[in-house]
Amino acid sequence: MSAQVSTPNDTNIEVTSRRGRPSKSPTRMAFERFMVNKAAIISTVVLLLIVIMSIAAPLITHVSPTHQFLSSTDTPPGPGHVLGTDQSGFDLFSRDVYGGRVDLLIGFVDTVIVMTIAMVLGGLAGYYGGWIDSLVMRVCDFMFNFPFLLLIIVLSAIFNTTSVWLLILVIGLTGWPGMTRLVRSLFLNLRESEFVLASRMSGAGAFRIIFRHMVPNVMGVMVVQATFAVAGFIAAEAALAVIGFGVKPPTPSWGDVLSNSLGYFTLATEPYAWVPPAALITITILCINFIGDGLRDAFDPSFEA
Amino acid sequence: MASVLLEVEELKKYFPSGGGFLERSTGSVRAVDGISLKVYEGETLGIVGESGCGKSTLGRSILRLIEPTSGRVTFHGTDILKLRKSAMRDMRKEMQIVFQDPYASLNPRYTISQTLMEPMEIHQLYNHASRKQRVQSILERVGLDPSYASRFPHEFSGGQRQRIGIARALVLNPKLIILDEPVAALDVSVQSQVINLLEDLQADFGLTYIFVAHDLSVVKHISNRVLVMYLGKMAELASSDDLFFRPLHPYTRALLSAVPIPNPRVKRERIILSGDIPSPVNPPSGCVFHTRCPIAKDVCRQQVPEWRELRREHFVACHFAEDVDVETNSLPLGRR
Repeated sequence: MSAQVSTPNDTNIEVTSRRGRPSKSPTRMAFERFMVNKAAIISTVVLLLIVIMSIAAPLITHVSPTHQFLSSTDTPPGPGHVLGTDQSGFDLFSRDVYGGRVDLLIGFVDTVIVMTIAMVLGGLAGYYGGWIDSLVMRVCDFMFNFPFLLLIIVLSAIFNTTSVWLLILVIGLTGWPGMTRLVRSLFLNLRESEFVLASRMSGAGAFRIIFRHMVPNVMGVMVVQATFAVAGFIAAEAALAVIGFGVKPPTPSWGDVLSNSLGYFTLATEPYAWVPPAALITITILCINFIGDGLRDAFDPSFEA
Repeated sequence: MASVLLEVEELKKYFPSGGGFLERSTGSVRAVDGISLKVYEGETLGIVGESGCGKSTLGRSILRLIEPTSGRVTFHGTDILKLRKSAMRDMRKEMQIVFQDPYASLNPRYTISQTLMEPMEIHQLYNHASRKQRVQSILERVGLDPSYASRFPHEFSGGQRQRIGIARALVLNPKLIILDEPVAALDVSVQSQVINLLEDLQADFGLTYIFVAHDLSVVKHISNRVLVMYLGKMAELASSDDLFFRPLHPYTRALLSAVPIPNPRVKRERIILSGDIPSPVNPPSGCVFHTRCPIAKDVCRQQVPEWRELRREHFVACHFAEDVDVETNSLPLGRR
C-alpha cells in the first residue's frame, strides 16, 4: 500500500487562508493575555505611579525627609508640613514620599539577589543531580532553619548600625532557599523531558541545553515567583522596622514611619501620621500581587484559581 | 542477510533504588538485564513487552541517553560505550530517536525551523542558507507544508508534531533510528499515516529501525524481526512471521492471545496471566516468568532458562519451548 502522507486538501486550504497571519510565540501570547487582564493592568499603572513618586520625590516636596524641625515637633497637618511632623520633628509627608525608595529598593534588589542565587544553585542541583543536588539541598535545609531575626540582631550589634545595604544583604542571603528548591524541581522535571533528550541526542552540550532549552522554559514561572517575592520583601522590611530592626532612623522608610506612630496616642488621634505609610505599603503589595496573579494566568492559562 | 549495523552484548542497566546523601543504596531496579541482539542494516527490529519491562530503557541505553551499567554496544564496528564526549557527539549523527509523546518532545518556545536547525548548527553542517533549504525539503518530505517552519509547536496537532519529531531525527541523515513508541499517543487513523510515512522513509533513505512498542498489530505490520522482553530480559526473538505464527514462549502466546479480533464469531482460547509483573528490584529466581507462567514446573523456579536457537533464527528462553511449539492458527495475528 502506498503511503498517504500528503497533507489532506482541507488543511491546504486552511494554510492558504492563514498564510500571512503572524505566528505567535508562547511569550507573545502570554503578553496578550496579560494585557486584557484589567486588575493586572490597573495594578501595573498604580505601581508605576508609586515608583515614579519615589524616584521623583524631590520634585514633589522640597522638605528634606531627614531634617528635624526641632521648633515644631508633633504638629498637625498645616501649610508648612502637609501631613504635619512627628515627635522628633520629621516632616511626615516628605518621609512618606521618600520612604518608598528604601522599600522598593529592598524589594527589587533582594529579588534580583535571590533569583540569581536560586537560578545558579537550583539550576546546578536540578541539572546535575547526584551529590551536587544532595549538597545544595542540605544547605537549603540548613538555611530554612536559620534564625533570620537573630542574624539581623547580631549583625546590627556588630556593625552598630543597620544601613539599607546591610539589610538588603541579610534579607537576600537568607531568603533564597525556597526559590532554590523551586528552580531545582523545575530543572529536574525539564532535564528528563523529551525535548531536552532530543537536543542531547543531536549532540547538544550542557551549556546549550541549560541556556537554550531549560532556562527559557522556566522563565514564566520564575517571573511570577519574582513578583510575589518583591511583595514579600517589602512586607519583611515593614515588619523588621516595626520591631525596631529596620533601616537606621534618619533614613526614611514606610515601615520606619509606621513604627514611629505605633503609640496609643498617635494611633488614636493622629491618623495622618500612620494611615499614609500603611496605605502605601498595602497598596504596593496588593498591586504587586495582582500583577503576579495576572502574570501567572497569562503564562499558564490552564491554571484557573 | 545484510551486514550487522548494531550489535548489543550483555547490556545491563540497573537503577539504584533508595539511598542518597550519606546513605547506601538499598538495591537496584534491573530495568535491562543482559540483553544481546544484532540489528541488520535496513531491517526493522520490533521490541515488545508490557509497560515497565525495560524496552524504552533498552532503546535509550543503546543511544547512551541513559548510561548503561555494563555491556557493549557496537555500531559499525565501534564500541560506542567507550567513546569520549566529542567522538560520541559525532556518533550521534548516525543514530537518532523519535519519542512517544509528540507534545513533550518539542521545545514549546522554539519555532519548527529552530528545532530542525539545531542539530545542523551543533554539528556545523551546511551554511545558513542551505540549512534553511534543508528544513523546507525535510518538512515537505514528512508531509508538512514548508511554510509551517516559522510556526510554534502549539499550533500543530499530535500527528503533525510527530511528523516534526521524525523530521528532526532525519535532519542529520542517520543510519539508525530508534522509534520509542512513536504512534502510541496518536489516533488510530493518524497512526497508520505515520506508520506509512516511516515505511516510505525507510525505503527512501535506507534507514534501519528499532521499533519499540506494545501494540502487537503495529509491530507485526512494520517489523522484520521481533524481540519479546519480560522484566528486563529477553523472552523470545524471531522473524515477525515466525513469532506470530509459531510462538515458542508461553509469555508470547499469552500476549498474542490478548490481541482483540474484530469478529465476534471467532471463538478462541484466551490465556490469561494471573498476578502482576514481579518487582524488578527483586526478580524471581530461575526463569523470571515462572510466577505467572501457566506451564511452570520446579525446574523453572531453580534454573535460569538458556537462550537457545530452537529453530533457525528463532531464539527463545524457556525450558519447555518444545511443548509450546505448535502452530497456532487460533491466535489473532497468526493467520498469514
